[in-house]
Amino acid sequence: MFKLILRRLALGVLTLVMVTIIVFVGVEALPGDACTAYLGRDTALETRLAKCREDLGLNQPAHERFFIWAGGALQGDFGISSRRHKPISDLVQIRLRNTLLLGAAASAVGIPIAILLGVIAALTRDRAADLWISTSAIFAMTLPEFISATLLILFFSVWLGWLPGIVITRPDAPVFEFLQDIILPIIALAFVMTAHILRMVRTCVIDVLASDYVQMAILKGVPYWQVVFRHVLPNALLPTINLVALTLAWLLGGTVVIEIVFNYPGLGRLMLDSVSDRDLALVQAIALILAVLYVGLNLVADLLSLVANPRLRTMKV
Amino acid sequence: MTGALVEVNNLSVGFTSAGGATLAILRNVDFSFGKGETVGLVGESGCGKSTLALAMMGFLKSGLRVLEGDVLFREHDLFAMDNSALEDIRGGDLALIPQNAGQALTPTSRIGRQIEESVRLHTTLAPERRRERVIELLSQVRLPEPEELLGRYPHEVSGGQQQRVAIAMALAGKPEVLLLDEPTTGLDVTTQAHVLELLRDLASETGTAMVYVSHDLGAVARVSDRIAVMYAGELVLQGPAREVLRNPAHPYARGLLLSIPKLKEAVVPSSMPGRPPPPDAVVQGCAFADRCTMAGQLCCDVSPPLVSTATGEVVRCHYHEKVENLPPPKAPRQGDGRSRDLSDTVLRLDEVSISYAKPGVIDQILGRQPDVTPTVDDIVLDVARGETLGLVGESGSGKSSILNTIAGLRPPRKGAITFENDVNLNAPVDRRDTDLLRRIQLIFQNPDASLNPRHTVAELLAQPLRLYFGLDAGELRDRSIALLEQVRLGSHYLGRLPGQMSGGEKQRVAIARAFAAEPELVLCDEVTSALDVSVQAVILDLLMELQARHNAAYVYVSHDLAVVRAIAGRVAVLYQGRLCEIGPSSKVYSLPSHPYTEVLLGAVLEPDPDSAPVLMAEDAVELSPPARGCPFQRRCPHRIGTICDTTKPPWQKTGDGHAIRCHIPLTDLERRQRRADSARRP
Repeated sequence: MFKLILRRLALGVLTLVMVTIIVFVGVEALPGDACTAYLGRDTALETRLAKCREDLGLNQPAHERFFIWAGGALQGDFGISSRRHKPISDLVQIRLRNTLLLGAAASAVGIPIAILLGVIAALTRDRAADLWISTSAIFAMTLPEFISATLLILFFSVWLGWLPGIVITRPDAPVFEFLQDIILPIIALAFVMTAHILRMVRTCVIDVLASDYVQMAILKGVPYWQVVFRHVLPNALLPTINLVALTLAWLLGGTVVIEIVFNYPGLGRLMLDSVSDRDLALVQAIALILAVLYVGLNLVADLLSLVANPRLRTMKV
Repeated sequence: MTGALVEVNNLSVGFTSAGGATLAILRNVDFSFGKGETVGLVGESGCGKSTLALAMMGFLKSGLRVLEGDVLFREHDLFAMDNSALEDIRGGDLALIPQNAGQALTPTSRIGRQIEESVRLHTTLAPERRRERVIELLSQVRLPEPEELLGRYPHEVSGGQQQRVAIAMALAGKPEVLLLDEPTTGLDVTTQAHVLELLRDLASETGTAMVYVSHDLGAVARVSDRIAVMYAGELVLQGPAREVLRNPAHPYARGLLLSIPKLKEAVVPSSMPGRPPPPDAVVQGCAFADRCTMAGQLCCDVSPPLVSTATGEVVRCHYHEKVENLPPPKAPRQGDGRSRDLSDTVLRLDEVSISYAKPGVIDQILGRQPDVTPTVDDIVLDVARGETLGLVGESGSGKSSILNTIAGLRPPRKGAITFENDVNLNAPVDRRDTDLLRRIQLIFQNPDASLNPRHTVAELLAQPLRLYFGLDAGELRDRSIALLEQVRLGSHYLGRLPGQMSGGEKQRVAIARAFAAEPELVLCDEVTSALDVSVQAVILDLLMELQARHNAAYVYVSHDLAVVRAIAGRVAVLYQGRLCEIGPSSKVYSLPSHPYTEVLLGAVLEPDPDSAPVLMAEDAVELSPPARGCPFQRRCPHRIGTICDTTKPPWQKTGDGHAIRCHIPLTDLERRQRRADSARRP
């Protein structure tokens, strides 16, 4: 198994190297560069452009600049934002914290609910509880986040006035000041996430319920709830580990819409702003951070399912 | 019956079909047995035998319900009990040994924990004594190193060991009744024989009643005092094992017995025409009437009642007294004893070896072969035009690997494969030209997996015809119909999908597809292993007929020695990917034999109350062949010393192309085997 883990780790690192190259090349391939973006493409004077390029080191060949950038990124230094005149790492750090806060809170709420509802739906297959849960899940999956978010604001902020509709807390405020702000965004996020995971859990549990070993457990005289907890769940939840990881990764990258609707100061909004500002260095940095999170989460999921699944754990490679 | 432990009274079980009709899969079954009895319950797939066995534990698969009747355990109705009472009985007084232990053990739970669960639920042992009891159970089923086994997961032990673990689990509650649902199906012959002997011993030691459910009359014959035969959801015959096996009073049981190939006769057994009625058929009269050669008007109109015969059988047949003198439904076809011009070689394998080891990164860069013992090694074989060469051996013996390599699906590691004396077959399948592909066809074990479920029979047959002969639409249809007729299916099958046919019909379509190419060499990979015996007899007969008509050569791979005896003129015996013995089947199946052949033949179970398997070697599972010496060195009952471990044994020839690869001189070997043989006879 040790070899298997090493192989997965190596693959993860390789993926990240590829992503770094693609992000860099992608930005390189855009017409213009940081200076034309900053000074304006058509209006800029040749002399100012030249000076700017000199300052930012854009005159060096691309591969040298790549290694300087990648080397800096490895140490957490993404350079300076040309438009915001601040170190990118400072800008990104606080926004990343906010996004992680939102994602972690949403999954802490959503995942247990999803598993619970999925198991209930499977155990009551084709009966009232299952029909309600499954139908609601399909509804939740099809409803776009900006609709559900807007509806939540309409109910809880506009009509009931219980919770703030938009976030006006400063981005770098301490975590506890956000607690009231994130309740509605969490509900909106958990809504979609729960639906996806729930359906997967339901399918897996139904498959396992139909297996020979569950029939065997029943015929061994194992009481119903022990069958569920000792024979069904350990096997049914194995395949959900990877889906949960994918959903989490989606959550981190896909909170953009929610962040915009609620005016939440997260990484997604920063990325959108930096795109419209043509702040290329910042775009590069955020793309890379999201890729690291994505790869990292999937790696953790792979390792977790390796550890949790005796078949994989004892596999000889 | 008084004193019955389990009593099934007039039980009908069924389900509601998509159309809303109620369909029965068990019809008016009466069945009972008392303490310590061993009863065999036989029938072909779909006859309801497993449903009946599970119903005896008060369990029905989802969708099924009791339509009529009841099941009593010690005079208590199982289907009227509440869950907690059922949970006490299941695994306690009534224990099940499942068909496929590999799938019936929870994969994420350690073996020790799973057996301990049964001990915890069904005994009053204190928690600290349970571990001891689990070890005791594991030793009782003769598993080596039980302490070590406790911590293993089910997938970490072999199939035979998994089956023993399941038996240990069933014994945990000290049951009064063991229900065995095809417990040895899917195991190798030697493992099966060992497991059956274990079950026999357990039954006689503990006085446990056993119901042994199986399609295999040979296995049932070995363990049962009484045998019950099921057909289309009904119990058609019940009686003492000896009577049922020797003189069955029901024509179906008789046909079933006749369709089993025998080790001692080189004949393709006679087959029964037709197939059982599907559950939605309206059966008026006897369910077997349309397949029965002596059925009269009475059989079609009136359902036969259960009657007792003078010999102690209970039978559901109007004309049971005539069954004994019934001629076989179809005369058996003489096996492949024809002498052929063996010099007209179609296929030659010369020192072929196959390895599954993947070269590591460094080996790949340097272009090196990994230095491991190859899975299959040193195979030298000839196949003559129009003959059948049987390849036999247990699972892992490399027989399918050899077929795949001939077919070009896996390149040999070394050696040469030659087709028709001049075509080199070492090329993988994607580099063979169309005509070469046409001349060599492969038929797989499981037609469910080898036929595309979304293609109709017409499309399945059209593919080879279009690819190899470029036929147009009209010719295609005529040719397809002709092919279907050759496999005894009518043109109305053209529009059917694989899901709409029975297992035997699907395999016939697979055979028709292979013969559509007009091949010279047909590779058959366990083609009848997934089929019922009566269907197997039809397929074997068909294969012989097609061979005679097309003069095609077969390489026939099977683990079933009796089937190979029926169909193959020459046989090669493989152990761990190495040839042990090769020659005309009459020679291979008689003394002297390679010790491995002797072990295999000894373990075969025949549907004969007076035959007993001979267990000579441990049924240990060897994961990889030994690097040196004789491949069978570790299990050989006739081992003569270190020469077996160090030196590759020589081929000793007896004439007629029969050769045995063994260090023991043939006269000596034959003397040892005769002595052992006579010592076994009473």
